[in-house]
Amino acid sequence: MSVKAYRLEALEIIRNIREGNLSITDVIEDFLERVERVEKKINAFITLRSKDELLQEAKIKDRLLKEGKARGRLLGLPIAIKDNISTKNLRTTCGSKILYNYIPPYDATVVKLLKEEGAIILGKTNMDEFAMGSSTETSFFGPTRNPWDLERVPGGSSGGSAAALASGEAPLALGSDTGGSVRAPASFTATVGLKPTYGLVSRYGLIAYANSLEQIGPMGRTVRDVALLLNVISKYDPYDGTSLKVKRPDYLESISKFNNLHRRVKIAVVREMFEEGVSREVVTIVGNVVNKLVDEGFIVDEISIPVIKYALPTYYIIAMSEASSNLARYDGVRYGFRANVHGDWNEVFSETRGNGFGKEVKRRIIMGTFTLSAGYFDQYYFKALKVRTLIIKEFKKAFEKYSILISPTMPTPPFKLGEKIADPLAMYMSDIETVTANIVGIPAISIPAGFAKEKLPVGIQLMANYLKEDLLLAMAAFIEELTGLKNLIAEV
Amino acid sequence: MEERNVKIGLEVHVQLTALKTKLFCSCPSDYRGKPPNTHVCPVCLGLPGALPVVNRKAIDYAIMVALALNSKINEKIIFFRKHYFYPDLPKNFQITQYDRASGAPIAIGGFLKINVNGKEKIVRIRRINIEEDPGKLVYPTGSIITSPYTLVDYNRSGIALLEIVTEPDMSSPAEARAFLNKLRSILEHLGVCNCELEGSMRADANISVAGGSRVEIKNIGSPKDVEKALAYEIVRQKQAISKGVIVKSETRHWDDLRKVTVPLRVKEEEQDYRYFPEADIPPIVITKDYIEKIRESMPELPDARAKRFIENYGLTEYEAQVLVTSKWLADFFEEALKHYSRKPKKLANILINDFLRWVHEKELEPDRIKAKPQHIAELLKLLDDKVISIKILKNILPEIIINGKSPHEIISERDLVKISDKEVIKKIVLEVFIEHKKSVCDALVNKRAIHYLIGQVMRKTRGKADPELTHKIVLEMLEKVKKGELRI
Repeated sequence: MSVKAYRLEALEIIRNIREGNLSITDVIEDFLERVERVEKKINAFITLRSKDELLQEAKIKDRLLKEGKARGRLLGLPIAIKDNISTKNLRTTCGSKILYNYIPPYDATVVKLLKEEGAIILGKTNMDEFAMGSSTETSFFGPTRNPWDLERVPGGSSGGSAAALASGEAPLALGSDTGGSVRAPASFTATVGLKPTYGLVSRYGLIAYANSLEQIGPMGRTVRDVALLLNVISKYDPYDGTSLKVKRPDYLESISKFNNLHRRVKIAVVREMFEEGVSREVVTIVGNVVNKLVDEGFIVDEISIPVIKYALPTYYIIAMSEASSNLARYDGVRYGFRANVHGDWNEVFSETRGNGFGKEVKRRIIMGTFTLSAGYFDQYYFKALKVRTLIIKEFKKAFEKYSILISPTMPTPPFKLGEKIADPLAMYMSDIETVTANIVGIPAISIPAGFAKEKLPVGIQLMANYLKEDLLLAMAAFIEELTGLKNLIAEV
Repeated sequence: MEERNVKIGLEVHVQLTALKTKLFCSCPSDYRGKPPNTHVCPVCLGLPGALPVVNRKAIDYAIMVALALNSKINEKIIFFRKHYFYPDLPKNFQITQYDRASGAPIAIGGFLKINVNGKEKIVRIRRINIEEDPGKLVYPTGSIITSPYTLVDYNRSGIALLEIVTEPDMSSPAEARAFLNKLRSILEHLGVCNCELEGSMRADANISVAGGSRVEIKNIGSPKDVEKALAYEIVRQKQAISKGVIVKSETRHWDDLRKVTVPLRVKEEEQDYRYFPEADIPPIVITKDYIEKIRESMPELPDARAKRFIENYGLTEYEAQVLVTSKWLADFFEEALKHYSRKPKKLANILINDFLRWVHEKELEPDRIKAKPQHIAELLKLLDDKVISIKILKNILPEIIINGKSPHEIISERDLVKISDKEVIKKIVLEVFIEHKKSVCDALVNKRAIHYLIGQVMRKTRGKADPELTHKIVLEMLEKVKKGELRI
C-alpha cells in the first residue's frame, strides 16, 4: 500500500475500494492506526467502536464485495458521526453527563441511510454539550483540540467531527448545525461543512437542541465529498413532519453540470457581515477570495441588510426557548443519568437535572424558560418570531437579485482554549455570521478561504436560496479550485 | 333540579378509540389489558431524537366531532407544547393545542342541544383540542399514599384525545350528565369512540355556586359520577356559604370509592405551562372542500335520528330523544322494529318504560344486557296474540335481559301461557268461590269484593288467567249465585 488511505478524499477511497486497489480491511486498519496515533492529542471522539468490531465488519464487507454482492455508494467508507445523532446499540451522549450511558434502541434516519449505502461507522464525535457552544469546550467528555494548533479550539459545536476530518481520523463526517455548528468548526479546521435547507435532511434521531433551526449537515475535506454525503442523507422522510417532499438533484453531478458560473451567478457581499466584531485578518482573507472572483468575471455587489443586526438576539431567544422545552425530557426516569437521591418526584428530577447538565446548558434552559414564561412570552419569544419573519423577508428580497451571498464564516480565526469559555457573550458573538442561515432556513456552506498568521484556518461562507444546494456546491467547488485549498490535513 | 345560582362548565377528554394507531406514532392503540410498556416506541416514549408525525385520521375524526358540535373548524390548525414535569409525561411536555398566543385549535365555538325533563337547553362549546394522552401511573398497593414506589406504564402515552371544553352554561348536575350522555351518543354515532371502554371518556368539571369561587373537580370517570360529584360539591359549597365560610378557588379530586371530592394540594401560584408552538409539526391546512367531503361521509347523528323516529314511527319528541341517548339503544329499537313493525310506539314504550327502567334500576352496563332485539319483538307479538299477559311480560323481562333467553323458551319452561280457555277458568272460579264463601256473599252487595275474588283466581293461576275473561266469568257466576242457579 503506497498511499495512506487516511490522506485520500472520500471519493478516492471509494474508487480505490471499487477498483480493488484497496481492501476495506486495509482502509479500516489505516484509519485505526491514524486514530491511535493522534486521538490522544485531539479528543475528537467520545465513543470509538472497538477495533475487533470494525475489522469484523470490514472483513464481511470485503467478502461480499468479492462475491459481487456488496452495493452502496459509500461501500467500505469509514465515517464519523456527531454524538447527538442516534445510533442503534451505540452510545449517544450529546456530550452530556445526563446521557453518559444512553444507548439508543434505534438509528436516526441519516444513520440508516449511511448503513444502507455501506458506510462503516467509526465512532461518535465530541461536541459541545447538547450542541450548545461554538468551541467544543462544554463537552462533559473534555474539549476537542484543533489539529492545526492544539492550544486552540476546533470551533463548535460539531468540533469533534471537524477535528477528525482535519487530523485524518475520518474521511467524512456528520455534524449538526443549529446556529453554525457545522460551519464554525469547518472554518476553524480548514474543512468543508454544509448546513442544508431546513427540511432537506431528516432530523429523525437527531437529539434536539432548537428544532425549528437545526439540520444535520455533511462534513468533509472537499466540496465533492460533501456533495457525495448530501446525496446519501438528503431524502424525504415520513418520520419527520418537517421533511420536504421535493425532488433532490444529484449534487455531485450538479458540481460539474454548472458551467460558466460567472455568467449564471450574481454574487453579493453583505456589508453588515464584514463589520461589527469581525477581525481585520478575516476581512482581508475573505476579501482576497472575493477579489479573485471578480477577476474571474463574476459580478459582485455589496449590499446592506440592516435587519441582520437583530439576527443574533433573535437566534438566541428562539434557540434557548426551544432548548428549554426540548431538554425537559431528561429527568432520569426512562434513560440516562439519574441522581442517587431518595425523595419524591420533584426532588429526584431536580437533583438529576442539577447534576446531569453542565453550566452552559443550564444557563440556556433557565433563559429559555424565562423567555417562554407568562408575561414575558410576548416581549421575547413572540417578538423574536416576528423579527425572524422580517429577516426571512429581507433575505428573500436579496435572493431575487443575487443567487449567492458571501461572508466570513467566523469573525475570527480559531481562538485559544479557555479564552472565551468564561465569557458567554463573547462566545455567543462568534455565531454572528452563521445564525442567519438558520433563522431563514436557507443552505449555507463554509469552505477554506486561507490561513491567518500562525497558520490558523479562516473560512468563507456562501449562502444560497432555499433548495439551491446544487448551485451552492457548484460555486463552492469553483472557489475551492480557485484557492487550491482542498483536502487539507493537519500534521498533528 | 335546576339551580338558579349554579354555573357548571365541563372539560371532557375523549379518546379516539376507533383509531388503530396512536396520535403521533404507529404504535397500536388497543393498549387496554396489555402487559405494561409493550405498546411503545421511541416517539411515544419521548426518546431523544424521536419526532411526532400526525395521524391524519385523528384530524378527520376531530373534524367530524367538530361538525357534530356545530363548531367552526380553523383553516390552519397548529399544535402547541404544554409544559409540566410529571413522570407519566415522557417529554415533560404534552403536545396539544392552544387558542391564545396565535395558536389555532382544530375548532372553536359551537353548541350542543340537551334535553332535561322535557326542557331543551343549549350548551355552548368553547373549543375543541386534539392532544396526546399521557402514560399511566401505577401504584403497587393501589394507593398513592401507601405505595413505597410508583411504576409508570407508557402504553397509553400518545393515544389520541379530544379535549372538548364547554362554556359554564349548565345549571344543574342533571344537565351536566345530560350533556355528557348526548355527547357520548354523538361520539358513538360517529363511530370515533367506544365510550364503554374504561377511561375512554373522562371529565373535569368547573362549578361555582353564587357567593363562592370557581372550583374545579378533576378525574371523573363517567356521566353518572359527574352528576354525583357535582351534587356533592353543590351541597358542600352551599353549606360552607351558609356558615359564612369562604369557598376557595381550588382544584379538587373526585374520590371514586368514597364518592366525595377532596382538595388537591393547593398551589402557591398559578401553573405556568409555557405554551408555545410545536415546530416539529408544521401547521395543517384544512380546506373547505375537505371539510365538506368529511361532512358528506358522516353518519346520521342522534338529533336527525330522533327526528326520523318522530316522523316515521309516530313517536313523541320525548320518546325519540330517550331512544337516541345511546346509539346502542337506538340501534336496538330499530333492529327490534324489523321483527315487530306493526306498532313502533308500543315497542318504544316497552323499551323506555319497562326495559330501560329495569336496566337503570339495576345499573346495568350495556355489555351485561344479553337480550336481543328480536326477543323484545317476540315478546310483544306474544302479548298481541294474547299468549301472555302484560303481567307475565313484565315478569319475564328481567330474565330475558340478563340471560338472553327467548320469551318462548321462558314461558314454556315456566308454563306461563295465558289461560284463555273459558271452561278452565270457570272451573278455577268455582274452586275460589267454594274456598271463599264469605267473600262471595260480600261480593253480591259490595263491588270491591269482586276484585278480591279475581285476585284469588290470578293467584291460583300464577297470573296466567286472562284478566278480562276472568273478570267476565266472575261476574257471570256471581249472577248465577244471586239467581240461585248456582249453589256453593
